[in-house]
Amino acid sequence: MATLFGINLFALSGQLLVGLINGSFYALLSLGLAIIFGLLKIINFAQGAMYMLGAFLAWMALQYFGINYWVALVLVPLAVGGFAILIERFLVRPIAKEDHLYSLLLTFGLALILQGLFTQLYGSSGLGYQIPAELKGGTKLPFMYLPNYRAWIIIASLVVCATTWWVIEKTKLGAYLRAGTENPQLMQGFGINVPLITTLTFGFGVALAGFAGVLAAPVYSVSPEMGSNILIVVFAIVVIGGMGSIGGAILTGLMMGIVEGLTKFFYPEASSTVIFLVMVIVLLLKPAGLFGKEA
Amino acid sequence: MNSSVMNPPGEERLQPAKSSTGEKIRIHDLHAYYGESHILHGIDMTIMQGELVTLLGRNGAGRSTTLKAIMNMVGRRTGKININGTDTIPLPAHKIAHLGVGYCPEERGIFSSLNVEENLMLPPDVRSDGMCVEEIYELFPNLAERRYSQGTRLSGGEQQMLAMARILRTGANILLLDEITEGLAPVIVQKLAQVLQMLKERGLTILLVEQNFRFAAPIADRHYVMEHGHIVEEVKQHELAAKTDLLNTYLGV
Ligand SMILES: Nc1ncnc2c1ncn2[C@@H]1O[C@H](COP(=O)(O)OP(=O)(O)OP(=O)(O)O)[C@@H](O)[C@H]1O
Ligand SMILES: [Mg+2]
Repeated sequence: MATLFGINLFALSGQLLVGLINGSFYALLSLGLAIIFGLLKIINFAQGAMYMLGAFLAWMALQYFGINYWVALVLVPLAVGGFAILIERFLVRPIAKEDHLYSLLLTFGLALILQGLFTQLYGSSGLGYQIPAELKGGTKLPFMYLPNYRAWIIIASLVVCATTWWVIEKTKLGAYLRAGTENPQLMQGFGINVPLITTLTFGFGVALAGFAGVLAAPVYSVSPEMGSNILIVVFAIVVIGGMGSIGGAILTGLMMGIVEGLTKFFYPEASSTVIFLVMVIVLLLKPAGLFGKEA
Repeated sequence: MNSSVMNPPGEERLQPAKSSTGEKIRIHDLHAYYGESHILHGIDMTIMQGELVTLLGRNGAGRSTTLKAIMNMVGRRTGKININGTDTIPLPAHKIAHLGVGYCPEERGIFSSLNVEENLMLPPDVRSDGMCVEEIYELFPNLAERRYSQGTRLSGGEQQMLAMARILRTGANILLLDEITEGLAPVIVQKLAQVLQMLKERGLTILLVEQNFRFAAPIADRHYVMEHGHIVEEVKQHELAAKTDLLNTYLGV
């Protein structure tokens, strides 16, 4: 067995991999939350439910229509994003002028409804989803066996996160988003249709959760609770990273996945609480979060 | 008050055909509200093509609110605002700019998450004959030098130039400028006066909110004086000398 200073490298890299995979999901979900928060100034409590919806839609698409994984990976985020657009347009926007607490409660209620609906329809035990044939098997690395699908999760998540970051930070469309986050009223005054951009942004931010859901279907059990479980952790990550930064949301997501993985190796008892511990420490030392702007 | 301000009934409807040479902005009985506060109490004003008109008044008189009401940026507004012959009261805020209006807010509104060039390129073109970027950089060389700096890292004067440049680039030919000289060094104020003079020569229509009467007086064609959400006086350029005392009382200078 390969050991270094008495550390089992196989087990360590195994946990690091698990951490990176969790981190990939954290990154996608907190990125979506950060984008939505930027323009709408609401924390979307339904982000976890949308992730769950994405996983279920992928499962249903395969089960009922024979739509394969790859097609679902494209169609499901579109469907989830489209659903979100309707929600924003007809539920969130009418109360957007009220205290943001109302929209927050609305998304929370929506999450409960979705979760209840799927529990009613499919029970809470969870459904299985096959890894697509193209990604079965794995690769032997020096210290570990890397299943192809797990590698794919990391790559797909990184590519989507990096592309999103690039669009927001480096393109004209992203400039609209950044400026709209700062001063939507002036953007309107310049002739930019901010309500439309807001709706599309909400749709895109939620579509990221739908995408994460499809990615997750083959590795986590597809269950109504999968969203609420991960969302609590993602909220902690958002607090750690701070709401101000898109890149920060991505990096913090990945980092916290790794921190979780490392803890699982060195001190497994703390692995489910370590992120909250980090959150407390960050809140004490830098209340605006690692990447947040101090008010 | 002047007859061009108070329109006799029946003359209120605008003929769009007139708009290219005639009235650019016509406001009638404009009321504006922020929530429960009633800020503008029936404003009437008309601005002709190529005119530079100022809106004077003490702090809190409602001058910024008048510009915001034109931009549909207040809570609620009633009355009539015609821009280029189009009734803009029912229009959403993002449609106003596309009538050729460029708005420069009092706080300048430079975006800190955008660099200088991104700030400059941000507003969409509202007409086809705006200044090109080279022309802008020639007019404001400082901006060219600092084009990759964060927008809010610029000095106050540079930020003001950026705020001006940004709307000139879009081709807007009706400018609503809110206190563009506020807190700036004399050389920069002078530069802005030159720029306004140049824009006037190009035939742009300008509504300028100003505290600095010495800046405004030589370049303006007309002045409106506001108090408590009303327009209380209109002074044409040739009446300035005669009405100086009156203006001093209103403005408290
Ligand atoms: N967003 C707002 N909500 C409520 N009241 C406002 C708001 N903005 C301005 N007011 C009030 O409206 C009145 C007019 O303000 P406005 O900004 O138009 O004044 P102004 O003439 O531009 O003066 P100055 O810029 O020197 O303060 C003031 O009494 C101000 O307190
Ligand atoms: Mg003002």
